[in-house]
Amino acid sequence: MNKTPILEIKNLKAAINDNEILKDLNLKVYKGEVHAIMGPNGSGKSTFSKVIGGHPAYEVISGKALFNGIDILELEPEERSHLGIFLAFQYPIEIPGVSNEDFLRLAYNAKRIADNKPELGPLEFLPVIQEKLKIVNMSPVFLSRNVNEGFSGGEKKRNEILQMVLLNSKLSILDETDSGLDIDALKIVSEGINTFMNEDKAIILITHYQRLLDYVKPDFVHVMQNGEIIKTGTADLAKELEIKGYEWLR
Amino acid sequence: MPYESKETSNTVLSKLLNQSYKYGFATEIEKEIFEKGLNEDVVRAISQKRAEPEFLLEFRLKAYRKWKQMKCPEWHILKFSEIDYQDISYYSAPKVKDTLNSLNEVDPELLETFEKLGISLSEQKRLTNVAVDAVFDSVSVVTTFKEELAEQGIIFCSMSEAVQEYPELIRKYLGTVVPIGDNYFSTLNSAVFTDGSFCYIPKDVKCPLDLSTYFRINDEKSGQFERTLVIADANSSVCYLEGCTAPQYDSNQLHAAVVELVAFENASIKYSTVQNWYSGNKDGKGGIYNFVTKRGLCAGSNSQISWTQVETGSSITWKYPSCLLVGNNSNGEFYSVALTNNFQQADTGTRMVHIGKETRSRIVSKGISAGKSKNTYRGYVHINNNAIGARNYSQCDSLLIGNLTNATTFPVIRVDNSTTKVEHEASTSKIGEEQIFYFLQRGISIEKGVELMISGFCRDVVTELPLEFAAEATRLLSLKLEGTVG
Repeated sequence: MNKTPILEIKNLKAAINDNEILKDLNLKVYKGEVHAIMGPNGSGKSTFSKVIGGHPAYEVISGKALFNGIDILELEPEERSHLGIFLAFQYPIEIPGVSNEDFLRLAYNAKRIADNKPELGPLEFLPVIQEKLKIVNMSPVFLSRNVNEGFSGGEKKRNEILQMVLLNSKLSILDETDSGLDIDALKIVSEGINTFMNEDKAIILITHYQRLLDYVKPDFVHVMQNGEIIKTGTADLAKELEIKGYEWLR
Repeated sequence: MPYESKETSNTVLSKLLNQSYKYGFATEIEKEIFEKGLNEDVVRAISQKRAEPEFLLEFRLKAYRKWKQMKCPEWHILKFSEIDYQDISYYSAPKVKDTLNSLNEVDPELLETFEKLGISLSEQKRLTNVAVDAVFDSVSVVTTFKEELAEQGIIFCSMSEAVQEYPELIRKYLGTVVPIGDNYFSTLNSAVFTDGSFCYIPKDVKCPLDLSTYFRINDEKSGQFERTLVIADANSSVCYLEGCTAPQYDSNQLHAAVVELVAFENASIKYSTVQNWYSGNKDGKGGIYNFVTKRGLCAGSNSQISWTQVETGSSITWKYPSCLLVGNNSNGEFYSVALTNNFQQADTGTRMVHIGKETRSRIVSKGISAGKSKNTYRGYVHINNNAIGARNYSQCDSLLIGNLTNATTFPVIRVDNSTTKVEHEASTSKIGEEQIFYFLQRGISIEKGVELMISGFCRDVVTELPLEFAAEATRLLSLKLEGTVG
């Protein structure tokens, strides 16, 4: 097979506060694939997502991250976003004084500007967002509330999926999107992800639990430990981990 | 996993925050300036220079003698080196002919200065819906639309002119709201004030234009002590705006102004300030010491005084625009945004004194603190025992940007009767690296993100400003907080 991966990580090393977290990370993700990254706490899963997103607190020491063949490590976080990289945060932050509607429209228009498309005014945007709200079963009341302010854990996670769907991202990294969700919310979020996923997109799920993978079927499951991927398998690997834990891999 | 990194967070935000001050230029101009120092002779000389009537000289001397016995207040939490009052010049004026008959006689250099500040005074280009009194150091340079306003019986002129033309009004009202001895800085002002604006709106007149004063400090060695007096007679209304800038010097300049407002029955005064004095450099060197006393008297029933302020400049801001609600059913309002950055210190808030029955007051204070600045809200709501049925609502919000800044609030409420209703709300929030990254990850630029957060935070206050000022204020706040991140 001779096609370019949507994401290719080569020997990536990265640190925060001079603490090396990613030691030697290698990963290839192709369009149409769902990957799951599992692993014990502190193994570097969240760091991986932040480094791909371009969080300024993280320093890349060496290695490469190619998105459709383009090295993204030198790009600004917003440029990566415009290319179609999306991060669903583990702990979505509250933004005081900014309504969800304004935030969503601004994000949507920022992408349109990057794509040389005209911006949408509030009235034109409304039907676009209403359509997407249905996918995550969110009430339009959400739009007038401030971003994540006073949202329950489940609402925050659904809001992340809403943004992913709205921005129609090509590569989405979902950092523990399932944590803190009850069964019903997990179903809604999973259905949202499945509806969104298609042959042109790729998704990386960072999770601790097999449960999410019952709803969103991964093509590959990776185990990360100590800043590198130490084992790769299929969905069955996740089931095995659920029973045996991580100890046996060491 | 802890991913907050102070270092990184501060670099990103400081790039964003440190914008250069675009009004920092100084005007080279021939001027008349007094020797530094303060004593009775200087007070007399100021009065003489301005050919003032005897009562005003006595007013000044009384204030000076009182001030000599007073001490600089120490209840604030501001840190600054002691001010040497003998190292300040108390009079600095651009040299002009004795009387100005038209704009043509104003030094073109001065007109150009105001032009550069965005305040066009020439007939062709001046704002059509705002009358401007332009004050440069110690004197008023020019007042626009004076004649047009006079047709309605409205007096709008410099304080110097008012002293000459309307001495009875000055004698009647000066010092009635902020009496001599009220506080250290206002008393100093009473002794040495040089110019400022005077405004009188007669009965039953709604002022058709917004009135405004633009204060410019130019000289490095002189203080600015202006005095503003606004009188709204029964059933009248006026909207007053005030803007301020100063050049960039390494030394500190003292600005100690006094503003007095009087509203009679059914009258309304809306007083707005956008303060952008030079705030010092990023290491805290230089900047204006802004010690201002602003107070309004709601003398008549159903009168209303509303203060709106956007405080972005000055090295130190010490200011509590207040309302004395004497008339029954009178209404006092205070809307404030105070933004501090680098080493700026702001200690600002309001005092609402309820004396009349059914009096109402509303306080909305928004503090934005960035850099290593200190931002303090200080509020005092006093409901006297006769203020039956009085109501107060206070809201006091702080927004912190970065990890090194400091916000404090001191709300004091004193209620002396049981028929009143008092509400107080407060909140603190933070713009940190994680919020910024959230915006960036969604493709939104840092400028847009911060603008959105700031404008959301300040919305309740900015909407109180007159339209021209709202745009100015939003632009100013953006200027102070936005920049390209390299």
